[in-house]
Amino acid sequence: MSRFDPTLRDEIIAAIPNLRAFAISLSGSVDRADDLVQETLLRAFANISSFRPGTNLPAWLFTILRNLFRSEYRKRRREVPDSDGAFAATLTSNPDQNTHLDFEDFRAALEQLPSDQREALVLVGASGFSYEEAADICQCAVGTIKSRVNRARKRLGEMLALDDASDFGPDKTTRAVLAAERT
Amino acid sequence: MSGKKLMSDDHSESASAAAGGLSSHHEGGKETVLGSDIQAKIGQHLRAMYDDVVRQGVPDRFMDLLSKLDKADPTSGEGGGRK
Repeated sequence: MSRFDPTLRDEIIAAIPNLRAFAISLSGSVDRADDLVQETLLRAFANISSFRPGTNLPAWLFTILRNLFRSEYRKRRREVPDSDGAFAATLTSNPDQNTHLDFEDFRAALEQLPSDQREALVLVGASGFSYEEAADICQCAVGTIKSRVNRARKRLGEMLALDDASDFGPDKTTRAVLAAERT
Repeated sequence: MSGKKLMSDDHSESASAAAGGLSSHHEGGKETVLGSDIQAKIGQHLRAMYDDVVRQGVPDRFMDLLSKLDKADPTSGEGGGRK
């Protein structure tokens, strides 16, 4: 006999893959992401009575996960940023070579974004939350989310525009230009 | 946000200067198109990256955890509900 409402339980299970993807984008590490998801599930079930049925369950779970990450972050800071990128480690499918290179550029660029911009972009651009839902999850104003997403897109656009230029020239030169720009 | 807005900030000047330095194919007039192309690409890559994790489904450790939580009887402590 289940302790939990089976429908709610199934909905929580259904949210796990998304929680993992979000956690990886936050923490930069698959192992830490899975620990975060585990902790989120424990909290969610321990506090299940505070969830109001009919409200947005995924948003509730994302909020728990993000709060856990933030409080842990304040304690430990972000550990050794995974230089090869956590998402790369999770890649199961290998797209063709060109797409793969593009993908690598993108991943590297994403890792360089400030964390508040990255999380806003992921919530809106990948998790499929509305700006309003993302604002609830991040406990900030809708306008703040919009501006974070815009800044994230602009910054990525700038970084990838430079990478695109490298299709016509030596890659090392682009990197040198990139590096020089940052100084 | 539109592609035009994207390119209207002060960074775009140095970005296009850098691109121009590497290639004569990039001329000022193409910037807006390039910007929206790149924005579309950003969206695709972001979702592809995310969905790749989502497609992995629910790892066993979480199903194990859930069945443990489910069986645990709250009145007799953790793991007490073993049957």
